[in-house]
Amino acid sequence: MPTNGVPTKITQGSGTKGGIGESTLRPDGTLKVTGEFAYSSDMWHEDMLWGQILRSTVAHAEIVSIDTSKALATPGVYAVMTYDDLPTDVKNYGLEIQDTPVLAHGKVRHHGEPVAIVAADHPETARRAAARIRVEYRDLPVVTDEASALAPDAVLVHEARDDHHIGHVPHPNVVHRQPIVRGDVEAARRRADVIVEGEYTFGMQDQAFLGPESGLAVPEEDGGVHLYIATQWLHSDLRQMAPVLGLPEDKVRMTLAGVGGAFGGREDLSMQIHACLLALRTGKPVKIVYNRFESFFGHVHRHPAKLYYEHGATREGKLTHVKCRIVLDGGAYASASPAVVGNASSLGIGPYVVDDVEIEALALYTNNPPCGAMRGFGAVQACFAYEAQMDKLAERLGMDPVELRQLNAMEQGALMPTGQPVDSPAPVAELLRRVKAMPMPPERQWESSEGADVRQLPGGLSNTTHGEGVVRGVGYAVGIKNVGFSEGFDDYSTARVRMEVAGGEPVATVHTAMAEVGQGGVTVHAQIARTELGVTQVTIHPADTRVGSAGSTSASRQTYVTGGAVRNACELVREKVLELGRRRFGSYHPAWATAELLLEGGKVVTDGGEVLADLADVLGDEAVEVEEEWRHRPTEPFDLRTGQGNGHVQYSFAAHRAVVEVDTELGLVKVIELACAQDVGKALNPLSVIGQIQGGTTQGLGVAVMEEIVVDPKTAKVRNPSFTDYLIPTILDTPTIPVDVLELADDHAPYGLRGVGEAPTLSSTPAVLAAIRNATGLELNRTPVRPEHLTGTG
Amino acid sequence: MRLNFTVNGRPQEADDVWEGESLLYVLRERLGLPGSKNACEQGECGSCTVRLDGVPVCSCLVAAGQAEGREVVTVEGLADFARQRAEGCGTGACGTSLQKARRWEARGTDSQTGEGTDLAPVQQAFLDAGAVQCGFCTPGLLVAADEMLERNPNPTDADIREALSGNLCRCTGYEKIMDAVRLAAARQSEGV
Amino acid sequence: MDFLRPASWEEALAAKAEHPTAVPIAGGTDVMVEINFDHRRPEYLMDLNRIGDLDAWEVGEESVRLGASVPYARIMEHLRAELPGLALASHTVASPQIRNRGGVGGNLGTASPAGDAHPALLAAGAEVEVESVRGARRIPIDAFYTGVKRNALAPDELIRAIHIKKADGPQQYSKVGTRNAMVIAVCAFGLALHPGTRTVRTGIGSAAPTPIRARAAEEFLDAALEEGGLWDNGKTIPPSVAKRFAELCAAACNPIDDVRGTAAYRRHAVGVMARRTLTWTWESYRGAHRITEGAA
Repeated sequence: MPTNGVPTKITQGSGTKGGIGESTLRPDGTLKVTGEFAYSSDMWHEDMLWGQILRSTVAHAEIVSIDTSKALATPGVYAVMTYDDLPTDVKNYGLEIQDTPVLAHGKVRHHGEPVAIVAADHPETARRAAARIRVEYRDLPVVTDEASALAPDAVLVHEARDDHHIGHVPHPNVVHRQPIVRGDVEAARRRADVIVEGEYTFGMQDQAFLGPESGLAVPEEDGGVHLYIATQWLHSDLRQMAPVLGLPEDKVRMTLAGVGGAFGGREDLSMQIHACLLALRTGKPVKIVYNRFESFFGHVHRHPAKLYYEHGATREGKLTHVKCRIVLDGGAYASASPAVVGNASSLGIGPYVVDDVEIEALALYTNNPPCGAMRGFGAVQACFAYEAQMDKLAERLGMDPVELRQLNAMEQGALMPTGQPVDSPAPVAELLRRVKAMPMPPERQWESSEGADVRQLPGGLSNTTHGEGVVRGVGYAVGIKNVGFSEGFDDYSTARVRMEVAGGEPVATVHTAMAEVGQGGVTVHAQIARTELGVTQVTIHPADTRVGSAGSTSASRQTYVTGGAVRNACELVREKVLELGRRRFGSYHPAWATAELLLEGGKVVTDGGEVLADLADVLGDEAVEVEEEWRHRPTEPFDLRTGQGNGHVQYSFAAHRAVVEVDTELGLVKVIELACAQDVGKALNPLSVIGQIQGGTTQGLGVAVMEEIVVDPKTAKVRNPSFTDYLIPTILDTPTIPVDVLELADDHAPYGLRGVGEAPTLSSTPAVLAAIRNATGLELNRTPVRPEHLTGTG
Repeated sequence: MRLNFTVNGRPQEADDVWEGESLLYVLRERLGLPGSKNACEQGECGSCTVRLDGVPVCSCLVAAGQAEGREVVTVEGLADFARQRAEGCGTGACGTSLQKARRWEARGTDSQTGEGTDLAPVQQAFLDAGAVQCGFCTPGLLVAADEMLERNPNPTDADIREALSGNLCRCTGYEKIMDAVRLAAARQSEGV
Repeated sequence: MDFLRPASWEEALAAKAEHPTAVPIAGGTDVMVEINFDHRRPEYLMDLNRIGDLDAWEVGEESVRLGASVPYARIMEHLRAELPGLALASHTVASPQIRNRGGVGGNLGTASPAGDAHPALLAAGAEVEVESVRGARRIPIDAFYTGVKRNALAPDELIRAIHIKKADGPQQYSKVGTRNAMVIAVCAFGLALHPGTRTVRTGIGSAAPTPIRARAAEEFLDAALEEGGLWDNGKTIPPSVAKRFAELCAAACNPIDDVRGTAAYRRHAVGVMARRTLTWTWESYRGAHRITEGAA
């Protein structure tokens, strides 16, 4: 009720149920719990064929010959295609550099490279036919690490590069190199009382999304093709596919099918072009579904890295300088390597204030599996190393590791090594304080009246200890991640919002090409529409290429950028609706012309709360629709020599405290608790935000203690492409993950929000490693840490 | 070969089944029941968990021919299965109750969101607790969690973790899944 | 591929005699993985699920006759008292779903050095009952494993049951994996005290081309227990004895480096598990011993 005769001022969205800030439930949730949600591997079509890919059995070889005759003669086989069957001159694809052959030509550059494709009436027929294709290889020497890649007589992975990085790289086997130089490290080193050095190794992690790469390509009457696909970015796929297929983009239609997780692994193409080629060749719908073995070859992985660090500090603990060199293994094709280099270098010293810095990051071309996008890329590898360095430094200085971090923590206004000021809250010290202040989990929780509960001990159900050798350790870490696409990329999204009356009620429809991969973007879009348009009913249109690009579901960017686009489109729709109202009803009430008008609860109201009209009456038979692109603030490339430049649009921060119990004799680890504090700017959906933080934290835990794709250094062949030997955490490996969410608005971002998805993946890993070091006293310079590393039996 | 078995209380027949096909493949590709998921096909993720004669198994590791004459419950039949259990019926024995038929008619379902669908308590709890992200692990987890709550209505956290240790999830970090199962157990014991 | 569905054991034997390459499938937890991943295309798959006898067990005076297909979950639940080592081993097998399907017969048929049941069977003492149309025989477990994924079965034989000695003393089982659930053994160790015969038996998994016993360690420990009168006086095992036992168990290993672990780690871990399981079983034996003494 108004008090003192002054009406309570209300703002848009404050009175609408199910708007932003609420933990509304997923619009696709019911379908997902009943099994009816249609994932890409669930697609089915009358008369469809099954596609199968034949992959190289060796890592680096010339292809002497391919004989497909026996495969073609197999009953039930409709098509067999090799490089020679590609329809146009465009035979390569790639996110930034088009260096990846659709089908191998002349040689293969990594184990598992696609060589031929088959379509048949049953998956077993297709497999048998693929097995009958004879490929003769002549082995070439393999390039597997920096030494072999940069040797003077090194075999070139790509013999004739003409991409835009070749001019500034020191060797053709370097994809991209980014130095960052600021201040004077030599002079700063003289001021240092303590210097610590370290060499770190980060293993190759897999996204291990559960929904395998899959899709259904349906040929269309106009000669085009419609692909139902699980991807992170429909329009990026489209841009790479159409030229290879020899079709204009409007004849390659794409609809997002259900996506079973992504985490970066669907940023590159996998089976998209292959399915379309086979569909166009046979005139029949073609479904391709990778099995888990193939999935390990079918997508890029997280770059393994070698990281060399030198940190200097004064006696009091103030950092004097950081010098580092980060060597990322990009594998056989470029994928996202240049962007990974950009992140690793620009975020290479972490969320700390250091005036004198020398950073060098580079990505190699090797014959190892191609590496590219995975949650937190570049920043994840660096965080593992710089946080290990901070602990090492704290130990040398005799300081508390959290205090040392807080002493050097950046704040709003600080300068990045790139010279870019951090122009929104950077509560690094506060996040550390919060995570440290959380209550500690009780000791020896595995003790019970009936003896030790092995489920709560290292080794779990395997019954390896009843408490013997078990030592507790605690570790902390904090990290910094950029949000959105950086370095001058035109990072935009498109939203189409429509408002009309259906069943007597105003309904908003939001149509974007955003890939919902599980993150909950669809939930948030509905919330934004409710807040901005004052309606309760919102329909989320399936994502497809009939609307403009939404950019990628990666880089923690979708809520920011597509969320921003949806809000922007809603605001434009609101203006049009009010315009319509003024035309129709303006003469009945002066407030239409004079007051600030809002859409609330299905009505047009004044900011004083007076109802002017029902939205249903304002709209009548008319539909109001807007499609608009929306961009975040522009960024600029980093200078190729100095690394200076305003390359990032926003930063995201999280801190972790890990509590572990280590069986020090067997080298087995049980993570007891992994607490996280993160600043999210504004939690549009708190339940989803916490889900993102807990999920990201767990992926960081995985690469700390178990996850690694093992590549044979002699042959460059993958040794563990299965869920039997590539292990991801089970529910018994995953601890409780208490989350403290801080909301300090970024005034440059929609609703003040900050991208959430990646930051928790950064600091989780080093926190667990720090806790294991704390328990064991070992140095541990690689991740994942394996039992042999903890027992001196490596 | 030809295959006859019961799925979610209904007799099913599949023809021309290749002998190497798994139960999972038959459910997904021949019977139009893709709810059971094909995440690893090596028994290492639990996404394809179904009940075979009441017992939770990985349907990817059951040869199709082994299902001959058996009763299978998949996620698609979980709501009915839970309802019949609550009403004291065995698997598939009670058919559609008049009460359910009326509810169906009265509420209808939204084809886009599935709103209005009858859910098993554990399905509702997964929604309410935010245990679903990409959802690919969800069907297997639901079947496993529902069976655990049937056996052990008041599980400790360690019991829940053990019972679900064969179901991988890559999105959630399992915390919300723990919340969901605790919630389902609490609602079950309160008779909600 | 043909799918054979024998309705009885006799039909199964006849089918196996006619098609010696037929691959028997029960729980499917090994065979189906190989089929799904195109590692194996047998001419015949023979389903054993329809043979009721195979998933039943009988507890006898001396031993348990365990049907080849009794799922691990049932062993955990129903045979914990009679077969404590195997029950513990069963609990470490893969996941609940796999434990509901897989059984010891499959472990023996595959004969992978990493099979979880083997160390428990070796430690308890067991015989494998196999049969063909030519007749039935019992293969002592010590003679069953003949090489990497090879066993003593003839091509026409099928595994019908396993006769496992009922525990006459404490048994333990430990397995190391790099995950706290659903993991293949990096290495495993089973230990059984047999107070009746005053002997100790061991079993080691994943640390040699086949599952093995650490015979030198057993002999050493048998002698040390005898010499110290420990079976009678129930005293603690001297640390030096436990240490030597562990060393001898480690020395019995002949492991390899692979993606799951290094040879050096396997040897080390077997030693640690040997020492710990000896402590657990001996403390349990002493506890029971003291209770018996008190009652006397």
